[in-house]
Amino acid sequence: MEIPYNVQVREDTGVYNSKLGIWLFLASEVMLFGGLFSAYILLRTGAPVWPPIGEHGSIMHLLKETIPHATFNTVVLIASSVTMVMAWVSLKMKDLGKFRIYLGTTLICALVFLIVKYFEYSHKIHEGFVPSHDTYMALYFTLTGLHGLHIIGGMIVLGYFFGPGIKMWDNEPERFTNRIEIVGLYWHFVDLVWIFLFPILYLLN
Amino acid sequence: MSDSHHEESFWRKYIFSTDHKTIGIQYGITALLFLFFGFSLMMVMRWQLAFPDQAVPVFGGLIQWLAELNGFASIGNLPSDLYNVFGAMHGTIMIFLGVVPLVVGAFGNYVVPLQIGAPDMAFPKLNMTSYWVYFIGGVIMLVSFFLPGGAANSGWTSYPPLSVIATTGQTFWLLGMVFLITSSLLGSINIIVTIIQLRAPGLTWMRLPFFVWAQFVTSFLLVLAFPPLEAAGFFQLMDRVFDTSFFLPSGLVVGGEALDVSGGGSPLLWQHLFWFLAHPEVYVLILPGMGVIAEVIANNTRKPIWGYKSLVYSVVFLGFMSFIVWAHHMFMTGMGQGMSIFFQTTTMIISVPSVIILSCFMLSLWGGSIRFNTPMLFALGWIPMFGIGGLTGLPLGLSTPDIHLHDTYYVIGHFHYVVAPGTIFAIMAGIYYWFPKMTGKMLDETLGKIHFFFSFIFMNGIFWPMLIQGMAGVSRRLADGGESYAHAQGTLHLNEFMSYSAWLLAVAQIPFIINLIRTLLRKKDAEPDPNPWQATTIEWTDTTSPPMGHGNFEKVPTVHRGPYEYSVPGDSSDFTPQTQN
Repeated sequence: MEIPYNVQVREDTGVYNSKLGIWLFLASEVMLFGGLFSAYILLRTGAPVWPPIGEHGSIMHLLKETIPHATFNTVVLIASSVTMVMAWVSLKMKDLGKFRIYLGTTLICALVFLIVKYFEYSHKIHEGFVPSHDTYMALYFTLTGLHGLHIIGGMIVLGYFFGPGIKMWDNEPERFTNRIEIVGLYWHFVDLVWIFLFPILYLLN
Repeated sequence: MSDSHHEESFWRKYIFSTDHKTIGIQYGITALLFLFFGFSLMMVMRWQLAFPDQAVPVFGGLIQWLAELNGFASIGNLPSDLYNVFGAMHGTIMIFLGVVPLVVGAFGNYVVPLQIGAPDMAFPKLNMTSYWVYFIGGVIMLVSFFLPGGAANSGWTSYPPLSVIATTGQTFWLLGMVFLITSSLLGSINIIVTIIQLRAPGLTWMRLPFFVWAQFVTSFLLVLAFPPLEAAGFFQLMDRVFDTSFFLPSGLVVGGEALDVSGGGSPLLWQHLFWFLAHPEVYVLILPGMGVIAEVIANNTRKPIWGYKSLVYSVVFLGFMSFIVWAHHMFMTGMGQGMSIFFQTTTMIISVPSVIILSCFMLSLWGGSIRFNTPMLFALGWIPMFGIGGLTGLPLGLSTPDIHLHDTYYVIGHFHYVVAPGTIFAIMAGIYYWFPKMTGKMLDETLGKIHFFFSFIFMNGIFWPMLIQGMAGVSRRLADGGESYAHAQGTLHLNEFMSYSAWLLAVAQIPFIINLIRTLLRKKDAEPDPNPWQATTIEWTDTTSPPMGHGNFEKVPTVHRGPYEYSVPGDSSDFTPQTQN
């Protein structure tokens, strides 16, 4: 049994099935992060000082130190988004070699992001700024943590297309290109979330 | 469809099937079992309300075993701690594991692809995944009953701070919810893509059966409203596991001791995020039901549904509005008058499309030659029941009368009229209506009518007295049904009446169960009628012997007309199928 418009675009709607599916999924993701961001707004406006002062004082001095790391991470993620598009374009131009290079670079960027994040986390936890320290720290860990999980999820899918999933190219190149387009859309979204997280958690304090 | 002749192994065919029809039936059976389980919890609670602190008959031993396993003292009665558990889990199970999986998972899955002439859902593997994710969520919820302290006990709304300091059951509740939410998301994305992409040639938007429209709007509600609750669920999980203070205000004192947390959080934040889902959720429960009712009414009045376009525009408008009424659940939280005024205005506005839909259904009856078969009886019973549910909601949607009625039995009566008969009558109508499509066999009419009339009587016997008790001021969630409260004494005698009604409602389901089993065991006719209701929509136009094989239609149907062309003047029969040229 063949599902129609699995690969081909349906004329009156202008999309193939999974492209519509990923946009709907991203809409739900917008609502998820919308819920998270609204919590940030509500807790922040309710707090007498921001970031709140807890048992170990304020996180402010530590935050100033980590701004360069976070800025570096922002650049890394944007770069990964660019290479993601390039990977897709390479497939469109039927160049599998280039595709591997660009997708590999995207994966490396994602890994670099997570490593920097790891050092950031451990530094904060080491200084006593754990999630339960105050509501800023709670938001910081929850929001960046969920974002990190999204990165890891994306890496698993990208890793699959870099490894065993690439076999589809031999028989169904068009379908494989679609898959890369879709995972690319997700990847840009995860990138975009960071573009919002970076200012609200690091800069606007 | 070469694949349909291919022999599939037992596991592929019945357990890990990617056929939307099998998955729909899987959803249906699982959800009906959960529905029965949730109802059973309530039957035990009703014993406690009618005869406080007396040992439960027959099941006393089981209750005592469970209570002692959870660490509560019991002599076979339902201790108040366990009463709280049962209350919270009754709501959770009925909504998230019973009704939504039935109306969206079962009916949406089974009927939508057939009504739009599609070979399957757009993403069959994803469809299978959503069922199994739902199943895991259900298992987590069930397992939590055996934890020390029992399952979640902070109400289905899980309001903090109570839920944050509650026993481990609450953590399981949150984990289970994450699975159920994920399942709903995957399922509803699938339904939307299927409806947009896989409509048969000629099936334009205004030719879609109303049921498909209802599923379409419902799926959008699920996609957009569930994620904020997921966010809230993560926060509460953080509060419980990592001692954060998202929902815990500063200076919180529990049991005479200050809680050792940083504070600075807001319990209201949870309520906002929760009701942002839970209000649209009400429409998730009711809209597919309305869709079923529209199909059944059009078919059994033998005339086009009255005001098809008004119905479609109303249901879409209802979908939009349902996102901006949520805080009418929170008038009593002290969130401020401005907020109350805004939300009571939007609440009054949202009642307009609901009334339009109900009016269209009633006007559809006018001048029809009505066939009083079982699906139609359930549909006709649905109209006043949903009407009562809707109208009793108006005083709650206005902030002033809500001061008196908030958190009383009136609220329970109101929303049960909407979601108990409102959805369950529609589900029953749907089961009787589509059963011949699923099996090729008609359910027995006599047993069906017995099932309907007794269900109708006892549903009212349970919920009508609640409205009276509530207006007298009896609070909900009292483990003794108000026995120890002076102002509740005048209406206390109603408790026994309601409880007997609830148990008799269970008895009234026996003819239904017998009917199901007897019909399933019966041998299929040599050539079952593929269109026993003489219906017009696409799922009935396929002439092969039901049920259809994997891949559905032999030939892709082409659609030439709207969904409800009954009694077209000049036509030889009183129904003109959508596929007829």
